[in-house]
Amino acid sequence: MKRDGDMTLSTPKIKSSGIIVEYDGKRALHGIDLDIYPNEVTALIGPSGCGKSTFLRCINRMNDVIDNCKVSGRLMIDDTDVYDPEIDVVELRARVGMVFQKPNPFPKSIYDNVAYGPRIHGLTENKDDMDRIVKKSLKRAGLWDEVRERLDDKALGLSGGQQQRLCIARAIAVNPEILLMDEPCSALDPIATSIIEELINELRERFTIVIVTHSMQQAARVSQKTGYFHLGNIIEYGETNDIFTRPKNEQTEAYISGRIG
Amino acid sequence: MELIGLMFLALIFLMPLGANIYGRTRIRKLMITSAQTQSEESVKQHSLTAFHGLFMSMCVLLPALVIILCWLAFAPMVISSLLVSEISRLTGETDPRLLSIFVSKLEALYEGVLKAEFVEPEVRQALGYYSALIARANIFLYVVAIFTAIAGFVISARQISPRFAARDKVEVIIKRLMQLASGVAILTTIGIILSLAFEASRFFDVVPISEFLFGTHWSPQIAIREGQAGGSGAFGAIPLFAGTLMITFIAMLLAVPIGLMSAVYLSEYASKRLRNIAKPAIELLAGIPTVVYGFFAALFVAPFLRNNGSVIGLELSSESALAAGLVMGIMIIPFISSLSDDVINSVPQNLRDGASALGATQAETITQVILPAALPGIVSAILLAISRAIGETMIVVMAAGVAANLTANPFESVTTVTVQIVMLLVGDQEFDSAKTLAAFALGLVLFFVTLMLNVLALYIVRKYKEQYD
Amino acid sequence: MTDRSTQTAQSKHLKKRYRAEKRFKFFGLAAICSAAGILLVLIGGLTQMSIPAFTHHYVKLDIAIPETTIQAEQVTDPVAMRKVNWRGMVRKALRNEFPEVTDRSGKRAIGNLLSGGAGDAVRDKVLNDPTIIGSTVEVALPLSDDVDLLLKGLIDRSLLEENRVVSDRELTFIDHLEATGRIDRRIAWFLFTSGDSREAEMAGLRSAAVGTLLTMLVTLLFSFPLGVMAAIYLEEIAPKNRLTDLIEVNINNLAAVPSIVFGLLGLAVFINFFHLPRSAPLVGGMVLALMTLPTIIIATRAALAAVPPSIREAALGVGASPIQVIFHHVLPLAMPGILTGTIIGLAQAAGETAPLLMIGMMAFIVDTPMWINDKATVLPAQIYMWANNPERAFQAKTAAGIICLMVFLLLMNALAIYLRKKYEKRW
Repeated sequence: MKRDGDMTLSTPKIKSSGIIVEYDGKRALHGIDLDIYPNEVTALIGPSGCGKSTFLRCINRMNDVIDNCKVSGRLMIDDTDVYDPEIDVVELRARVGMVFQKPNPFPKSIYDNVAYGPRIHGLTENKDDMDRIVKKSLKRAGLWDEVRERLDDKALGLSGGQQQRLCIARAIAVNPEILLMDEPCSALDPIATSIIEELINELRERFTIVIVTHSMQQAARVSQKTGYFHLGNIIEYGETNDIFTRPKNEQTEAYISGRIG
Repeated sequence: MELIGLMFLALIFLMPLGANIYGRTRIRKLMITSAQTQSEESVKQHSLTAFHGLFMSMCVLLPALVIILCWLAFAPMVISSLLVSEISRLTGETDPRLLSIFVSKLEALYEGVLKAEFVEPEVRQALGYYSALIARANIFLYVVAIFTAIAGFVISARQISPRFAARDKVEVIIKRLMQLASGVAILTTIGIILSLAFEASRFFDVVPISEFLFGTHWSPQIAIREGQAGGSGAFGAIPLFAGTLMITFIAMLLAVPIGLMSAVYLSEYASKRLRNIAKPAIELLAGIPTVVYGFFAALFVAPFLRNNGSVIGLELSSESALAAGLVMGIMIIPFISSLSDDVINSVPQNLRDGASALGATQAETITQVILPAALPGIVSAILLAISRAIGETMIVVMAAGVAANLTANPFESVTTVTVQIVMLLVGDQEFDSAKTLAAFALGLVLFFVTLMLNVLALYIVRKYKEQYD
Repeated sequence: MTDRSTQTAQSKHLKKRYRAEKRFKFFGLAAICSAAGILLVLIGGLTQMSIPAFTHHYVKLDIAIPETTIQAEQVTDPVAMRKVNWRGMVRKALRNEFPEVTDRSGKRAIGNLLSGGAGDAVRDKVLNDPTIIGSTVEVALPLSDDVDLLLKGLIDRSLLEENRVVSDRELTFIDHLEATGRIDRRIAWFLFTSGDSREAEMAGLRSAAVGTLLTMLVTLLFSFPLGVMAAIYLEEIAPKNRLTDLIEVNINNLAAVPSIVFGLLGLAVFINFFHLPRSAPLVGGMVLALMTLPTIIIATRAALAAVPPSIREAALGVGASPIQVIFHHVLPLAMPGILTGTIIGLAQAAGETAPLLMIGMMAFIVDTPMWINDKATVLPAQIYMWANNPERAFQAKTAAGIICLMVFLLLMNALAIYLRKKYEKRW
């Protein structure tokens, strides 16, 4: 793996070294070394089953939920070791928000969906503050104008694209530093997809975003850096422009030009 | 006394509430002071305020509840053993049977059920001791429980601080409680096995196990007084087992074809509308209490069979095995039908399509493809049904006989294991006689046989499921 | 030639196959029809049998309540009320209808027409309105069960006198009363408002119904929290290992253990070891709770498993702890399913008799139990006791009890089905 020179200028937000993931003793990731930089969108691409989602879920320890899943290696967010046994997963997940492949709003009202995170993390105990947080989050997610009149409606009544933006609003309501997105547009139509892509671009100013996508065009459109995963290894990582125009690795080139899929 | 009891109960539930409020207030205050003193870097509160309150109320309530539950479980035992020794001191009596009669008289006297003139004077003397004992036991409970609650309060209040992980602690407690709850299921099984085995072993001290299992004569009427005629009972359970098997067999003969065929018809032939009516109807029918079937057997089916039997020259007992077995079969029909329906529906559609594409008729598809594929499931449904028929009580109590005949004639009256358990235990008799203990021995056999059937059935179902998953 | 013969052979064969098909289909239909037929006979027969028990015959009599019997202010004193000879009062009133009868056996025969509880009707009237003391009021008095059966046509008048429970002389009295229009048929409210009795015309379901409610309360309080907590642990928290496997197998087995074994457990452990009171809803409820527990656990686990994992992920993703995920999201969504399972389990328990016989819950209970350690009986046990009563009038009564129990269970099940239909969620 080769890095471009200018990358070392700022300090990485997430620093992964030798991350190995095993399911039932079978390796899904073979030691991932990856530095992710603040206020950038980092896209992880690769054929299905290559381990890009698994790696994403290592960052906020969502793999803990799965039985018989073992993670080893070292993953730092700033100065925090994510896999330090002392660390409180709950506090970690407040710092690292996540948006999932399929929009998964809670079957509650729009307001309660956004307010849930701040509520359990005790960000505020009064109603006015909560209203402000909900409004701010919905605005940032570009959903406020569409739902301001019906905050008490069921979230499941929204369209797929709106639901996904609601999930983004829900994730940013707890004011995380990092936002993980696991193929956030795969269940959406092209128009909803382009809205979300624009949104990602705006959100970059405040959050460090890591996005897993199966669409190379999307990676090219939204990301500054791209990592190419294959069979549980990271093959190539660098500036998105470089990866897409002059990949250094044969496999990367093959994938990008559509020969592996 | 009643008033104090109510006040105690109220206190036990108010104290956690108070602790909750205290915990919340305290953590808020601590947060404010820490914000004032460490202005340059304020401490972050680890858990929500609500969790601090919850933690404190749990620490107050749970230990006290444990104390109360232990007291409820063990106090009657302790009190009655103390009473026995007191009465034995007063009367000079040592026979445990008489002593237990005295104790129950005393309890009846205390509750006002029995008038004083029917009670021996020595027992009457013990009344004062008894009421004092109960009062002391109550006071003991109140003091210990409230002390525990206060201790819980003090200990938990010390822990409250901004960085205290109240949420983690509360969640650990909740998890432990859940573990305990799932332990109850295991405890129940252990309780069943231990209590049955213990009482049955006492029975086998009196009656040899070989005689019980292989004896062919059953007449448990043991003399209540010594020297009474017909004193020694006989405890050979073979007629009971034979009777149970016969009734079960008759029931299966009726239930398996009807249940299975209706399941086949419902899942393969019936229109959606018929299915939508018939399925819930079957579910409801499975919910008819067995006492209803028993009444039906005794009042409708048995007389009907008897009358029609005599017309064609058959001599039917009014408590014939046939009547009980047929009605038990009726009870089992919905059971078999709904279980087999599930099994048949879980046979993959492509098997059906494959057979039809070869030109098989629907009947051929069913008998040659679907039923063989569903066979393990159907077998296990039948096993479960047999286990249910063997353990069924009310129908046979009401419609089958009491006398233990060893016969293969379904028109005669037979008795079953469950009937005998009920006959041996219903009514007032002392607990230690061979007669009552025999019921536990029968219960043990019943439990063991049904357990084997269930385990076998579940095993077959598991294997079957793996095949299609 | 050979071609045609194979063709006919084939079509013959095909016809045979179609006949087999028809036969098979017919068997299926016959099975369903016979099952439905049997059940119709069962329910129809019981309903028909129960109908007489819902009404009873009363005789309207003018009864003088002399001031010498009791003072108006004493009415609230139960001791004084018990001293009054209400029974004598009503018998006297009925004898006055037949002034021509003077012999002792005739007088006794007249008295026997009335129910043993006929005096209570007057007592209740006085209790309701003490101002009637000193006047004459018309009271409807229940007739004895034999007379009632006769009037309902359930006792054959044409039988020889020695084969009939009602004598010829009593017949003439009854005919006279009927001719003067003093007898009417009313709804037998006492079936619901009074407790058990040795006399069929006074026996009601009230104490048994309250006993059932108290028992169910105990069952619910024990089985619901325990069952739901155990299910949450097994479905959401427990690691998959041998121990949890064992618990799972164990629960499935418990669900199929015969109910009478639970009764034996209750007898040996709760009554003989812990010395808890016999015949009490507390013990009965606990025994039934252990029996219901597997049903609730299995239903709860199914309901929890039906909640899509995406909800759990979403909550975990914003930083909810696993317990918060369960209590904030999964459990509320699974609640309709859990409640349905619980109600069905409770309905099963409410119809259960055998384990309760073991712990003595078929005592003769007249008074309504007030609390969970009073002596009590339950509806199915009451039905069993009535069914064992040789008196003729108890037959209809038993059937009526059965109908009441089944309506109660049907309502519970209907509630469960309604809940399931209403809150059924498709993800």
